[in-house]
Amino acid sequence: MTEGAAIRTSGLTKRYGEQAAVDRLDLAVPRGALYGFLGPNGAGKTTLIRMALGLVHPSAGDVEVFGERVTDPVARARALRQCGALVEEPGFWKGLSGRRNLECLARSAGPRDDREARLGRIDDVLHLVGLAAASGKRVKAYSQGMRQRLGIGAALLGSPRLLVLDEPTNGLDPQGMREIRLLLRRLSDEGTTVFVSSHLLWEVEAMCDTVGVLVRGRLVAEGPPSNLRPSGNRFRVQVDDQAAARKVLAGLAGASVDGEPSDGRLVVRLAAPATAGSMNAALVGAGVEVSELVAEHERLEDVFMELVGDAHPDEAPPAEGA
Amino acid sequence: MFRVEWIRALRRPRSYVLAGGLIALSVLLVVSVKLSGRSAGPGAPAFLSQVLTNGFFVPLASIAVLQPFFLPLGAGLLSGDSVAGEASAGTLRYLLVRPVGRVRLVLVKYGFVMFSLAFGLVVLMVAGLIGGGLAFGLGPLPSLSGTSLSTADALVRTVLAAGYVLAGVSGIAAIGMLASVLVDSPVGAAIVPVAVAIVSEILDHLDSVHVIHPFLITHQWLAFVDLFRSPVPTTDVVLGLLTFGVYTVVFLGLALWAFVRRDVAS
Repeated sequence: MTEGAAIRTSGLTKRYGEQAAVDRLDLAVPRGALYGFLGPNGAGKTTLIRMALGLVHPSAGDVEVFGERVTDPVARARALRQCGALVEEPGFWKGLSGRRNLECLARSAGPRDDREARLGRIDDVLHLVGLAAASGKRVKAYSQGMRQRLGIGAALLGSPRLLVLDEPTNGLDPQGMREIRLLLRRLSDEGTTVFVSSHLLWEVEAMCDTVGVLVRGRLVAEGPPSNLRPSGNRFRVQVDDQAAARKVLAGLAGASVDGEPSDGRLVVRLAAPATAGSMNAALVGAGVEVSELVAEHERLEDVFMELVGDAHPDEAPPAEGA
Repeated sequence: MFRVEWIRALRRPRSYVLAGGLIALSVLLVVSVKLSGRSAGPGAPAFLSQVLTNGFFVPLASIAVLQPFFLPLGAGLLSGDSVAGEASAGTLRYLLVRPVGRVRLVLVKYGFVMFSLAFGLVVLMVAGLIGGGLAFGLGPLPSLSGTSLSTADALVRTVLAAGYVLAGVSGIAAIGMLASVLVDSPVGAAIVPVAVAIVSEILDHLDSVHVIHPFLITHQWLAFVDLFRSPVPTTDVVLGLLTFGVYTVVFLGLALWAFVRRDVAS
């Protein structure tokens, strides 16, 4: 890992009229990280990605990619040459074949050696995303999953040091999702910084080193997925005599029993000084038979819903796949 | 980038349909005149009535037929589609992230629009010269002033006329570029320059607004006819080129200014 952040924003703001899509955001994506980015629809994820890529101009604040200020056109070009990106859906010239699309993209800009290098990688990239056999077909005839793969391939064409992917597994079947996850993991292990947004929480949880949660244009939480889940303080306890157990636990400092049992088991929250061990000893010591004691992990989804709160005060929660 | 435009144009069916249409126009002109032995009555576009006498009049008549409507239409469609077409296909953001500079993108797109129009005119001229030459022969051309132009001179003036007509739509294409960078719908963007051309031609025919006539983008369009007088009266031609140049610089400048500042949300 090198010093400095791959993406750094300071006070980054984008206002559309009265509404701030991104609101004074300070974010640092370390180099080499596999950074997952969560947020409900309309949280500002895409606006942030578009600002980082110089497509949308910030209303205030700064965004840097590899230390280059994206708002400056010359510095932006230097930064973007090291990036590969998938912004919302992939976009192609539908009358051309998949291979031709990559050729046209490779040829469309950059110094000669950069163009040559990209042209030389087309076969590798097509193979990598599993499109080698379909590369001669027009994109018009591709399925959504194939387009998604080609979009990821296009992002990989320049051997980028930073990959910015908006919903990369959209439209892929479970097998394809797994392939992409493994591919991103491998690229990350090889030193590529990967910045990925997703609405699939389990996917981010399974894949990313660091997760940031964006709500109404602000970062409300950031950290490794395991830290975001405050686990280990909830337990489900199976006992032979619930009434006796409740009496014991009421006398145990730090322990509290939830009103409703779940699956016939008591749900107990423990805080210092109580531990699972001391709880168990207290119950057994009082003659209560404990047949099962399970720590309950909060799912990232629950944590997420808690963080997001009433982001959609008068709307249904974001639909899967939307 | 220019090469990419070329590769894509070669793979688009519309390119061949348009080229075929231009060739068909020449063929139609030659065949109908040859078979009927009559060309056109009074009030027909310039040169059409003389096709029978000399093959040179075929490309010239074709240009005269194309110039008031189809050429501005083509310029409007191509320029309107140039950036907005990429936006609606979703490729614009990937070009910009590649990164193709915004100024370069607009200039290359504009350059390719003008190149395509020039290419179309070349196809039209070549088809017309071949068709007209085969059917009626290419000889010294009687000028509109009654003198005679040598075959070589006639050829040069024909090419100059095509160049002038092309310059005439450069401003229309620049207006199309401005529309194209501002909206994401290629159809919407194409309507603007075509509408400007039509409105300008209408105004040019209204005597009540004659004070603005010299400033209209279409006012000097027909001055290419002057190239076939001897000696050539240059006033209108020069004025025309000046008008086209000003329109082009102003609207292309506005297109660049707008596109560099614009948020690309497509």
